[in-house]
Formats: sequence, structure tokens, C-alpha cells
Amino acid sequence: MADLANAPKPSSSVKLVLLGEAAVGKSSLVLRFVNNDFQENKEPTIGAAFLTQKCNLPTRTIKFEIWDTAGQERFASLAPMYYRNAQAALVVYDLTKPASLVKAKHWVAELQRQASPGIVIALVGNKLDLTNDESTSTATTASAENSSEGGAESNGADDSGDARKVSTDEAKTYADEEGLLFFETSAKTGHNVTEVFTAIANAIPETSLKSARGGAGGGGAGGGGNAAHGAGRSEEQRVNLNGPRDPNAKEGCAC
Amino acid sequence: MNDGDSPPSLSGSDLLPPPPLPPRRIVSSGGGGGGGGGGEAHLQVAPAQSKPTTAVTSIDISTLSFPDGSRGTFSTSGGGSGSGSGHGTPPNHRVSSDLAADSMSVMSFAATLRPPGDLASLITGEFNRKSPAWMLLRSQSASVPPFQGVRLDRVNGLAGFEREFDDIPEPAAQGAANDDGVRVALWKSKMKHYMILSSAGKPIYSRHGDLGLINSSMGVVQTIISFYEGAKDPLLGFTAGDARFVIATEGPLYFVAISRLGESDSQLRSQLDALYMQILSTLTLPTLKNIFIHRPSTDLRKPLEGTESLLSSLADSFTMGSPSALLGALECLRLRKSQRHSINNAFLKMRSDKLLYGLIVAGGKLVSVIRPRKHSLHPSDLQLIFNMLFESGGIKSGGGENWIPLCLPAFNNSGYLYMYVSFFDTDNPENPSSTEPPPPPPPIQEQPPPPGSLDDNDDQIAIILISPDKESFYDLKDMRDKVAQQLTKTGSLAIIHAAAKLGRPQVSSIAPGAQISHFLYKSRANVQFCMPSLEPAFGGGGHGPEKLVARRKLMSLYHQLHASMHARHSHLKVLHCVGEDAASLAWITPVFEFYCVAGPNISRAVMTQGANKIIQWAKREEERLFIIGGGVF
Repeated sequence: MADLANAPKPSSSVKLVLLGEAAVGKSSLVLRFVNNDFQENKEPTIGAAFLTQKCNLPTRTIKFEIWDTAGQERFASLAPMYYRNAQAALVVYDLTKPASLVKAKHWVAELQRQASPGIVIALVGNKLDLTNDESTSTATTASAENSSEGGAESNGADDSGDARKVSTDEAKTYADEEGLLFFETSAKTGHNVTEVFTAIANAIPETSLKSARGGAGGGGAGGGGNAAHGAGRSEEQRVNLNGPRDPNAKEGCAC
Repeated sequence: MNDGDSPPSLSGSDLLPPPPLPPRRIVSSGGGGGGGGGGEAHLQVAPAQSKPTTAVTSIDISTLSFPDGSRGTFSTSGGGSGSGSGHGTPPNHRVSSDLAADSMSVMSFAATLRPPGDLASLITGEFNRKSPAWMLLRSQSASVPPFQGVRLDRVNGLAGFEREFDDIPEPAAQGAANDDGVRVALWKSKMKHYMILSSAGKPIYSRHGDLGLINSSMGVVQTIISFYEGAKDPLLGFTAGDARFVIATEGPLYFVAISRLGESDSQLRSQLDALYMQILSTLTLPTLKNIFIHRPSTDLRKPLEGTESLLSSLADSFTMGSPSALLGALECLRLRKSQRHSINNAFLKMRSDKLLYGLIVAGGKLVSVIRPRKHSLHPSDLQLIFNMLFESGGIKSGGGENWIPLCLPAFNNSGYLYMYVSFFDTDNPENPSSTEPPPPPPPIQEQPPPPGSLDDNDDQIAIILISPDKESFYDLKDMRDKVAQQLTKTGSLAIIHAAAKLGRPQVSSIAPGAQISHFLYKSRANVQFCMPSLEPAFGGGGHGPEKLVARRKLMSLYHQLHASMHARHSHLKVLHCVGEDAASLAWITPVFEFYCVAGPNISRAVMTQGANKIIQWAKREEERLFIIGGGVF
């Protein structure tokens, strides 16, 4: 259909789900990524929010279809609905709350057990702005090994005004064991946020994009509807064309 | 003594053409006036009264002029005569709930200085406008807007109301010894409290103060309630000082409202009921029951986690005064009939198979509803949805589309429905797709808007699609995109935008010349209401505390009127009250409920005339103001 050279880069949709305990900053991460905005004291998400954002890679464009789920316990039973068919998951914990890492590990286990095989999972420790290692935190990227930060830091942190309770090492070790991407971020400052999504986009294998699009396409059809540009969307549009017929037929029946 | 000054009477047909309000039969200005009672209770005038009565409605109510110049209004239900004469109340006396619960249903409040009434028109000329004499006279003029006196803040007990919604500060880190004392004092200064606790005494929610601060108060409340529970004589309410306590027990939960704002018991009770509905909406009734059957000492805060802001925004809208909650009715966006029709049709045409209810809402005002023939939507359910969408920030601020499981208790309290919500992009109405291109960052909110805002220019438009199928998100999203496309194409979206931006009309444009400052009109059949803009009379000059207080004064007056009209056994049809700072009129027929407020010096004749104009307007505009039936499939 489209020439790679001249036409817009091939774009594909990726379904991504955010999971994690309440109040770790899932919505704030998304808000930072999608709108480059931050709200103090954001009110809790109810149910789930659905947002989209494009991520431009050198060879292609990834359109993230993001499911930002509510972290409260009572919504946990709905989670499978959101991670089913997801190609990527962002499991978020609050690095000032050790319990939230425990919860994150539960989510990772559940994803590995129940989600589609080959799902790309990123473990994200949020609220880095509450720690006092932000000056050095440029090193705290996916590949960085912060050997300087020992496990002792979680104990001795308080007197220095550092709220960190989960050491980078601890989380990083766990992420490596489970084969997860790992980042520490601050949705407040924006630190590392885009990097998370870019890394996920890069980690998704080309092959899964093709096959997965068919799967997600049926559901995600008509996402933008009217905007329609690029050959990559023709498939979705075809689905869209079928759409209006049904309601019309229904209307005929009702009258 | 102004004996001769019988109220500028409705029956005085020589002065003005008799306004059709109120509906009445034979009125004899001099006598008891109960003659035409037609089988209903007859008027009984207390023998001590030397002055004749003037019937307002010959059937239900009559007004007395007392020798001291005040007036009393009686219901004519039997047995009321004895107490009636005792209730010529001083100015600014509040209708307290215990009085309302008495057989005595209603009283009217008279200024000590009689207003010159219709004479006011003689002095409204341009001349002498600035002379001191004029200024003196002006204070007696009928055109004085309501609530002008500054000192009335004190009288009405609204001093400090502007700080009602401020947070009680967190305890200081290593706080001084008296820090808690200060915080408790702050807590006590709030005029309205809502508390929810379990029957085992576990605190669940309190509007003000962290639970640590008020734990002991919660304990006292629990002890008092359970004492009466134990005696099989549940406590419903009590008064302490100027605060009214009302208690509602719902299964394993106690709901307590503490108010110094003068609401009636039944009004407070319905507010508590709304909080209960919010909890059910989160948990469903079977879940709530199960939780407490298995473990009566469960801490319900965990399952309700994240909904505190919904409870608080609901509570705050009551504290600010919500016409919608008071009347148990919804407000609609005023649109031409043909426009609403075409929106309904577009909505129906694009309907997804999975849809149960579809709504389009602009700034808390209903634009369009589609529903199955056999199911209607209950106002209390919609109140919960509107509260979630427009009063609390959780949904709005996130951007994107939302998929929310919720229980609509009045529809079915045992299961969840799934609600798709998407806000149309207000900045760019021509391109309502929120998915592509990504919307520009929303304006950063400096401060959360005041709760329960009645701002006229709140023009955010949301589409709400409700389905019983939890997997139907993409179907409904698809439907939304099609509806948005259609509405954009036909220009309906722009019309909705314009109508929402226009806000509510001012009284002066509804009934030119009427000296009414504000009104509420509820269409009883449609369970919907309409009201004019709060500006200019209750705007208090823009935003901020004045506006908050001005609005609360108005709403308190409406609450009093409403309480009087709906007091048990009162069977009132019409009520006219004159106070030192405002005059008000309430009128209930099988078709509508009407409440209006004007300056204190307005004569009753002028007021009824104005009321009639407004009611005629509402009748004329009925299909614009209200959604009648909606789209049914």
C-alpha cells in the first residue's frame, strides 16, 4: 500500500494497560505523557480511563491506546478486561511506599499468568521527586546500575529528608529477574516519563504489532473516526464503514 | 396600629385586575373567608382576633392582620385555630423544624415597618434622586433587592459561611499543645457536618476534620444512637443549641447530619439518603450487606476508598444549597423543541445495541436522554452521575474517555451498570473527537472550583452512555464517535455549546417589569425544574465569598419555603412570607411547584402578578425548558 520512503511511517496501535496500587501516580504518569501536564492532589480515577497518544520511533509510529485503571481494591476484578489482549503493561509502584511494590509484584505475577504471552511489562517506581537523589537521578535510567545506592538507604533515608523507602537496587534486581523493563520516574517533574513509553514502544516486537493489530483492531475500531490519514488506518476505516449500517438497520426495525 | 391598612389585598378588585394567583373561589374580604371551602376544612378564626382576615385561598389558607401590624397565616386544618394566633412571629424568626412538625403549618414574617407597598410606584420618579429624603424613602421602596442589610449576616447566622469549605489544616508536625484545640475549634465552627459510621461504631466518613481529630465525637454520636437503638426507639433527631442533628439508620450504617443552616428534618434526611445512595452506587446493596454480615466490625473505608471526594462534593452541594436536591428534580438545558428533537433523533439513530441509557449533559444540565420504553431514569441516580462528572474533579481532570462501573440504586440496587463518559472538547467544538489529534492540554486549574457551583457559564458537554454489559466499551465508544460526528455535521453541537454558554436567563428577560429577584419552577410531571440566573441579585458582585453567602441566603429562604409547604399535614397551596430582608412566595398546584423571592417591600399584589408572568412563561416555554418524554426506543 504505502511506500515506506515517502508515505507517513507505518503506524500501529498498541494496547497498553497501567496497573498498580491506588495513589501511586498512574493517572499522573499518563497525564504527563499525553498532555504534558501535572495536577497536584489529583482525585482518584474511578473505573478506568482510556486515552491515546502517539509515540514516534525512527522507523514507525506507535499509537498507544492506554487503559489507565483505578487502583482501588474493589476494581481489581475488572482488571482482566483491561489487560486482555494488551501488548504492554506498565506496573507502577510508589517508591516511598514499600507496600506498593509488593502490590506491583502481584500484578506482575498475574500478568505473567493470565495476560497474553509476550506482553511487554515495565516496572515503574514513581514519585522520584520526593527523594533527594534527583540530581543524580539522570543515571537512574533503564540501563543504569546505581551501585552507590545500597539497601541501607531505605532505613537511613528519613533524616536526610529523603522519602524513598524502596531502593533502586531492590526493584531493579526484581525487574531483572522477571525480565521487566525498569524505570524510576517523576510524573511531577516529567523525569523519565516519555522514556518509559519510548522504551516500551521499542521493546514491542515488529511481528506482534501485525498480529496484534488484528486482534485489537476489532475492538479499537473507529478510535479517531474522522481524522483518517495514512494508509495504516485504512483497515480501521473499513471496519468503521460497517458500523453505521447496523444502527440504521436497527432503526428500521424500531420504526 | 395600622388597622385600616389591611394587606393590599388580592381581593381588592378595584385596584388591580385580579391576578389569577391563587386559584380561589369566593373571597370575602371582610369575613372569615372560608365560605367556599367546598367540603374541605373551614377556617376558624381565633376569637381573640379583632381584625378581619383576608383569605388568600378560601380553601386552605388565610392571612390575619394582627393589631401590632404583623400578619399571620393559618392553615385551616382543624385544630389549628388555637395555636394560630400565637404565631405572629417576630421578624427574622426562622421556621424551626419543631414548629413545622406541629399542627401549625406556616407563618408569615412581617417587617416591623410596614412597606408602603404599591405607594412605592409614586416615588420611583427621577427627581430628587439624591436627596437624603430620597435615600430614606428609597429604603422603603418596593424595588429594594432582597438581602441588602449587611448586619443580616449575623442575624442569619451565616457569618463565616465563606470559610465553610476550607480544609481544616493538617496537624503541625510536632504541634504545639494547643494545636489540636485550634483545630477542634475550627471543626466546631463549621455550620454543616455529615458523618457516616457503622453500627459497630467504626467511623467511615466525615466531611470535616480527619478521623483522628473527631474520633471522640464519633464515639459520642455512636453511643447516643445505639442507646436509643437498644431501647427499640430509634433516635431520629435532636437539637443542641442552634444545631439540628438528624440521624438516619440504613442497615448497618448510621448517617448523621448536623446543621446550623436551618434546614428541616426531612430535607436533611433526604441529603443523608443521597449519601447513602452514593455508597450503594459504589458497592451495591448485596455487597454492603455481605460485608457486614460476615464481619460487623469491618472498616468500610477500605472498600469505599477513593470515593470520599464524591461524598464530599455531594455534601458540599447540599451545604451550598442545591435547588436540584431540594426539589428532587433535574435541570435541563433550554433548547428549541426542534433542536432537541434533532439531537434526540441523531442520538437514537446511532444507538448501539448494548445501550441502556444515553445522555447528553452540558454543565450539569440535561440536553438529551434516550432510554428503553420500559425503563425511566430516576432523578436521584442522575444526581449521583452529575455529581461524579461535574462536581468532583475525578473524571473531568483526567482527560480521555472513561469506563466506570457503577450501581444506580434507584434503578437497581443489586448490580452494576457500566458507564461510558466522554467530554466534548470545549475549546474546539468543531472537532469533537478527543482521540485524534490529541487534545491540547486542558487549562490548569489553579484551585478546584467551588463545590456545587451554580455558575451559569459552565459549558462542558459530556456524553454518557450506560450499558449493562461490561465488555461494551468499544461499542459505546464507537457510538459516541458517530453521534459526535452527526451532531457536528448538523450543527447541533454548536447549538448546545451556544445554549450552555448563554447560561440561564435573567428574570428581567423572562418577565419584564416583574420585581421578582429569583425563582424556582418545578414541573412535577417531568420531575424537572428551571430557574433564572443568580445574577444580578445574588451574584454578590462576581465570585468569591460574597457570592457564596448571597447564594446560601437565597437557598436558605427556599429551604424554609419548601419546608413550610411540605410540612406534614399542612396541605398548603400558597404561602406568602414577608421578612425584614426579603419577601417570598410559594405556590403548589398539581402541575408545578413555584417558589420566588423579591425585595422586602414588594406588595403581595405585585408579587403575585410577577409570579403569574413567570408561570405563564414557563407554560409557554415548557417544551424548551423541559425534556418531555425524551427519546424512547
